[in-house]
Amino acid sequence: MSQNAEHVLDHFDLFRQPEYVELFENKKKNFENAEPADKVEQAREWTKTWEYREKNFAREALTVNPAKACQPLGAVFVAVGFESTLPFVHGSQGCVAYYRSHFSRHFKEPSSCVSSSMTEDAAVFGGLNNMIDGLANAYAMYKPKMIAVSTTCMAEVIGDDLNAFIKNAKEKGSVPEDFDVPFAHTPAFVGSHITGYDNALLGVLKHFWDGKAGTVPVPERVPNEKINFVGGFDGYTVGNQREVSRMLDLMGVEYTLLCDASDVWDTPTDGEFRMYDGGTTLADAAAALNAKATVSMQEYCTPKTLEFCASKGQETLAFNHPVGIAATDQFLMAISKLTGKPIPDALAKERGRLVDAIADSNAHIHGKKFAIYGDPDLCYGLAAFLLELGAEPTHVLATNGNKEWAQKMQALFDGSPFGKGCHAYAGKDLWHMRSLLFTEPVDFLIGNTYGKYLERDTGTPLIRIGFPVFDRHHHHRYPVWGYQGAMNVLVWILDKIFDEIDKNTIVPAKTDYSYDIIR
Amino acid sequence: MSLRQIAFYGKGGIGKSTTSQNTLAALAEMGQRILIVGCDPKADSTRLILHAKAQDTILSLAAAAGTVEDLELEDVMKVGYRDIRCVESGGPEPGVGCAGRGVITSINFLEEEGAYEGIDYVSYDVLGDVVCGGFAMPIRENKAQEIYIVMSGEMMAMYAANNISKGILKYANSGGVRLGGLVCNERQTDKELELAEALAAKLGTTLIHFVPRDNVVQHAELRRMTVMEYAPESKQAEEYRTLARKIHANAGNGIIPTPITMDELEDLLMEHGVMKTIDESLVGKTAEELAA
Repeated sequence: MSQNAEHVLDHFDLFRQPEYVELFENKKKNFENAEPADKVEQAREWTKTWEYREKNFAREALTVNPAKACQPLGAVFVAVGFESTLPFVHGSQGCVAYYRSHFSRHFKEPSSCVSSSMTEDAAVFGGLNNMIDGLANAYAMYKPKMIAVSTTCMAEVIGDDLNAFIKNAKEKGSVPEDFDVPFAHTPAFVGSHITGYDNALLGVLKHFWDGKAGTVPVPERVPNEKINFVGGFDGYTVGNQREVSRMLDLMGVEYTLLCDASDVWDTPTDGEFRMYDGGTTLADAAAALNAKATVSMQEYCTPKTLEFCASKGQETLAFNHPVGIAATDQFLMAISKLTGKPIPDALAKERGRLVDAIADSNAHIHGKKFAIYGDPDLCYGLAAFLLELGAEPTHVLATNGNKEWAQKMQALFDGSPFGKGCHAYAGKDLWHMRSLLFTEPVDFLIGNTYGKYLERDTGTPLIRIGFPVFDRHHHHRYPVWGYQGAMNVLVWILDKIFDEIDKNTIVPAKTDYSYDIIR
Repeated sequence: MSLRQIAFYGKGGIGKSTTSQNTLAALAEMGQRILIVGCDPKADSTRLILHAKAQDTILSLAAAAGTVEDLELEDVMKVGYRDIRCVESGGPEPGVGCAGRGVITSINFLEEEGAYEGIDYVSYDVLGDVVCGGFAMPIRENKAQEIYIVMSGEMMAMYAANNISKGILKYANSGGVRLGGLVCNERQTDKELELAEALAAKLGTTLIHFVPRDNVVQHAELRRMTVMEYAPESKQAEEYRTLARKIHANAGNGIIPTPITMDELEDLLMEHGVMKTIDESLVGKTAEELAA
């Protein structure tokens, strides 16, 4: 064998050694019952055709690579955004392992979350005992200030009642009577992670604003001038929350970030493990009832939450993952109008710098075609920015987008000369996107890490923006909101454009007449 | 003889458990080695054989042990009248958990533990309605070959029989399950025998036996016994022997049922004069409205 202790080959090289190449060939020949290569090639070519695309879009009974995750993932995201809060998922362990690994792979941070460890007997008898023991253990072991409960499919199918279970657990002494245990039913087979985000945040707010499940009097709202900000499910939460804070501080706005996971997913390496870090304090979460308004940065992540805020007498405002000049303008002007605080010169200057940067690079982006997929708000924000740059967001696809979203996207396209021929695809998956990229090719694809398979199959260069991004590090530390955030997005897009130009001109004495130092 | 697996289905309260236990006791009398698997959270499918309600159900013991893997077959299997082996799946309290999953868990456990070895008959006794996939477990592939539906001449019992046939049909085309026949447990409703036979014909099967009503069943039941044990010489015991012989001879004669629509079922009742023709203008009207 080619492996030896003195010189260990990693998997890149190891499996290219002759003995492995031979082994794989023999395996295929003798055991895999593989179709002949030319037949495979024929089928591959067929999937690139319009005929196949039409069949693909007529598909009803199958989803291939949906660009969405499930509700509890959003619920866990919400939970860690509060001070010393432990996410507690009522269900089986495997589900929770998925949420933890998903976040850890994206944020490159430990992701603390417990399950009630339901097994077969719990599926039959209901998970009450798991809730009682689970809350007691979690409270004793991890000493949280709050435990936020959500559910997996299993608990939902058998109809476990969180409200009653938590009350029972408190009666049995699992946690003190006055310990905060907000909860949300988050069936994974309904909606997506953005639905779960909405449900879980609503659960927390209801807990504090509606008298803690009937255990304390419902607090009376005494309106003040503060503004609540809700980020929504956001892979860039570390950068974005900090950017929003910075802008609001510059404006002198008094605010509360409701659900702020920017610290817990960016803990320093200084010798101390922080299971909890930062987050909205429980006192602030309770006091947020008195705010003048609640502003959501992602409309489709927060419909029920905003409705609840409005029912308490707050003004509500929703944006769609605001990226770019116009979106940031709208955001800042709305905040200025809401608070009466003027937009400071420092921000106006940042705007000017962004406009300057866009003008400098315009020749390279103008007229380029893009395909985008991701969550509905992110898609909207990115498409709006591309239109602003004179690029064409030809295909915009959100598996968890609805018809209303598609109409809103269409209105956005209709409002720009570059939106002609652009189309929004609600409820479609990445296998649909594959057909789109073959039949109506674009210059670049914007999406999360899973887009790399589309890049491989279709040759469309992938710009990684979205959640999750597992195979490039640290982008989540950069904001994409605000003028500075838009600058980051601009740079990521430009970097890929220039990389592609270089790749296409790199052959010596053949194409390198355009292999230029200056772009 | 190879293992024969049968199941008794039927509307709740129709006398499924009574009929099945008496019939199985009669089969035991014929020398058959029998295992009864109670698939009802109430765990009363083996009460007459054991003279007591089974306390140690598979699921209650599994919950105590923490997992079903920690259970042994001896813990859950009880032996009753004429060495009939009895297991109860048990299940959650009403209103919590998932009883259907309980049935799946229990049957898987029994198969893995080899409970079906050295047995001629396995009989599943399933609760009233096939409300979810769990209660259809006995009619899945490689479980019961024949289903016997216990019914009566009451509209809702016939309705349930038809519904169960739909369930069987769903699995019959992909697997080996067949409808063995109907067993009518007399309720002394109008034209009961004719109706039962007519329904059987509609479903493409036969009324395998008409079990007349007899108070001796009640007397036996109060003593937590089958009629076979309490009054083996009675006429009723002979009826159960007849039913047992018919079922024993019915191996391989099951059919794929042809369930009918609700309208057809109503027509059937009208044909036999049990129900007068429905005047559509009266449907949904209260007595007060009709009087006006």
